[in-house]
Amino acid sequence: MAQIHEYDAVIVGAGGAGLRAALEAGRRVKTAVVSKLYPTRSHTGAAQGGMCAALANVEEDSWEWHAFDTVKGSDFLADQDAVDIMCKEAVDSVLELERMGLPFNRTPEGKIDQRRFGGHTSNHGEAPVKRACYAADRTGHMILQTLFQQCTKFGVEFYNEFFVLDLLMDDGVCCGIVAYELATGQLHIFHCKSVLFATGGYGKMFKITSNAHTLTGDGPGVVYRAGLPLEDMEFYQFHPTGLYRLGILLSEAARGEGGILRNGDGERFMERYAPTIKDLAPRDMVSRAVFFEIKEGRGAGPDKDCILLDLTEVDPEVIEKKLPDITEFARTYLDVDPVKEGVPIVPTAHYAMGGIPTNVQAEVLADHTGAIVPGFYAAGECACVSVHGANRLGTNSLLDIVVFGRRGGLAMAEYASTNPLPELPGGAEKASEKWIAALCDGESEESTASIRATLQDEMMDKASVVRTEDSLSSVLSTITELRKRYEVCRVKDRSKIFNTELVEHIELGFLLDMAQALVVAARARTESRGGHYREDHQMREDDHWLKHSFITKTADGDTKLSHKDVTMGRYEPVERKY
Amino acid sequence: MNVDLNLLRYNPEFDSEPHFESYRVEADPMERLLDCLHKVKWELDSSLALRRSCAHGVCGSDAMVVNGVNVLACKVLIKDLKQPITVEPIRGLSVLKDFIVDMEPFFAGYKAVKPWLIVDESEHEPARERIQSQEERDRFDDTTKCILCAACTTACPIFWSDEEYVGPAAIVNAHRFIFDSRDTGGDERLEILSQRDGAYKCRTAFNCTQACPRGIKVTKAIQEVKRVALYRSF
Repeated sequence: MAQIHEYDAVIVGAGGAGLRAALEAGRRVKTAVVSKLYPTRSHTGAAQGGMCAALANVEEDSWEWHAFDTVKGSDFLADQDAVDIMCKEAVDSVLELERMGLPFNRTPEGKIDQRRFGGHTSNHGEAPVKRACYAADRTGHMILQTLFQQCTKFGVEFYNEFFVLDLLMDDGVCCGIVAYELATGQLHIFHCKSVLFATGGYGKMFKITSNAHTLTGDGPGVVYRAGLPLEDMEFYQFHPTGLYRLGILLSEAARGEGGILRNGDGERFMERYAPTIKDLAPRDMVSRAVFFEIKEGRGAGPDKDCILLDLTEVDPEVIEKKLPDITEFARTYLDVDPVKEGVPIVPTAHYAMGGIPTNVQAEVLADHTGAIVPGFYAAGECACVSVHGANRLGTNSLLDIVVFGRRGGLAMAEYASTNPLPELPGGAEKASEKWIAALCDGESEESTASIRATLQDEMMDKASVVRTEDSLSSVLSTITELRKRYEVCRVKDRSKIFNTELVEHIELGFLLDMAQALVVAARARTESRGGHYREDHQMREDDHWLKHSFITKTADGDTKLSHKDVTMGRYEPVERKY
Repeated sequence: MNVDLNLLRYNPEFDSEPHFESYRVEADPMERLLDCLHKVKWELDSSLALRRSCAHGVCGSDAMVVNGVNVLACKVLIKDLKQPITVEPIRGLSVLKDFIVDMEPFFAGYKAVKPWLIVDESEHEPARERIQSQEERDRFDDTTKCILCAACTTACPIFWSDEEYVGPAAIVNAHRFIFDSRDTGGDERLEILSQRDGAYKCRTAFNCTQACPRGIKVTKAIQEVKRVALYRSF
């Protein structure tokens, strides 16, 4: 029997988006936050470089320039109404975080300091601009801590280490979720008027990733299984500077502070790929450049399989003061001192542009026509508004979580205060109960870890920075094989208390679903745009492909694709040069 | 290379008390202890329970006692550990299973010191940011780094013997606000920290400073809090 809880609003996930939403909903209606992790363990805390807003504290700037950069960075796939909202509200969002206590670095006048970041320019691409507000290279940590402090102050109710398994619907209206309590193995039903998913990304489908072990697409996975669509799943961002072999993120702020990328010949190769802004080109372009430098034999290191991030010409004091964490990562994990030598880097799976489709109120879309699922909201990396289109600009994820987390929290509270509590369907927990019982019934030779390792290897090899019809078809058949193995795989640990094998097994199921959606959408999109690069279709094809992909899972486990027009605005698509 | 691990295992569903079990895995000297614990879990015994997330020392999930000292399992490399590597749960919090401990008392201590910016609510909210010089910002920089991993608090001998003591991490988080030029809540926080279970319980063992994976000078922060509590001068 499941324990039943009744709330007005239930937020799933306690990273930046979830906590920001909780601050809004919590002061208006009875709210609970359900999270797989203790809130401060969320991966928002790993974000480093900054949060962009046109404060113009250091040099001239405007939100329109920020919007232009975001649209151009997105390779014109972002919805421009949403981008305008985000860039306009950025200014107040940053100031509000400061007033909540966030310890930003300061200018000599005591204002919030700002620095350069990839793809952010003044006057529509003229030159890099200082737009990123930051706290050393710990900006995400400070945002997460500040929001958690505020939630503590306002007494937000948390259910920590509760794992979401199912979305409950009553006749097309969202009415709650089912969650699994890690500490006891018990199922809980959260019966409520509105639900917001803020569960983060799914980078763990790739071998080399900056993502935490826990980023397994749980929220989008639950949505996909409920027969609802996911948007733009083919667009996955690889960050160019992941620590060699490990994928740990080295912030773009390293290049914002003057670091440069060098190949095995010592050449500053970005001059060839982006003559104007060079090393500060957007991530998709830099990742591809790194990929091709290595592929064409110009890699660094004994195996010529990496590139060097060279900070040796940056003032050592700037390195120690403004980039302390990434300096420590290089020293700790690679035994390399960035002050003295180049740091070996490779592209690392970093950010899902795609996810649960929403409108600008964070309401989840039921289909490509824009119809909504009443009572259901999503924000942050698990959602797709879409402000990032085919490629997200650095710092815009921290902005996204704060702006749309806030909007989602407000919208769900407003909905909850004007609508009755929907009926709870009978036996709401039955599906989850059966599911877990089946996983723990019988034995098999298969193991979660080995299926996951194969998935990660294959996705890295065939569906990452560069893709082709052949590579995608090959990985799709691997995924089909892995799904069969997954079906017969059983959990060996049968304990109720902190059965983390069971959790990892369920997470793997979500990852397999996300990988399938990503690869099917990527194979269908016969063009190159932003983070989706097809070696067999190298051009962007606006005539056919200036549109969002929607993918749904059909009853027989197959997939169905449809499309939605991009919301255009001031900026018409042009060739993307930097 | 071969890596030998002695892990203190405990599952209350089956075990009457904790006991050591030995495992051997294959690993590169540059791998993290966390990687080896994953190998045990993924290759040898899937029931091993631990918390972990980011795997690079910023989320604070995997504080453990390794060869007798508190570390994050993702921030210590195999090459730096003497074998066999002994791993135990952090001390002073009750063990729920293997390396998972009850974090609630730890977060209760955190909450007790009002770890949020306190400002005069009657004052008009500024339209822009509050002005703070970089020097004022640097004054509390060290304590902003805290990731609430509990490595310091559970290394503290006073905390082991007295669970009412708020502990080093809570004082670090109080320090972060007490020395923030924008904060006006110093007096109410110091009132709390001057009480019996507050900062004066600290006997400067320095275990906390050694344990902090973020390099925070925890003992120094506690001393600074004690000093302002005494003289009320910020």
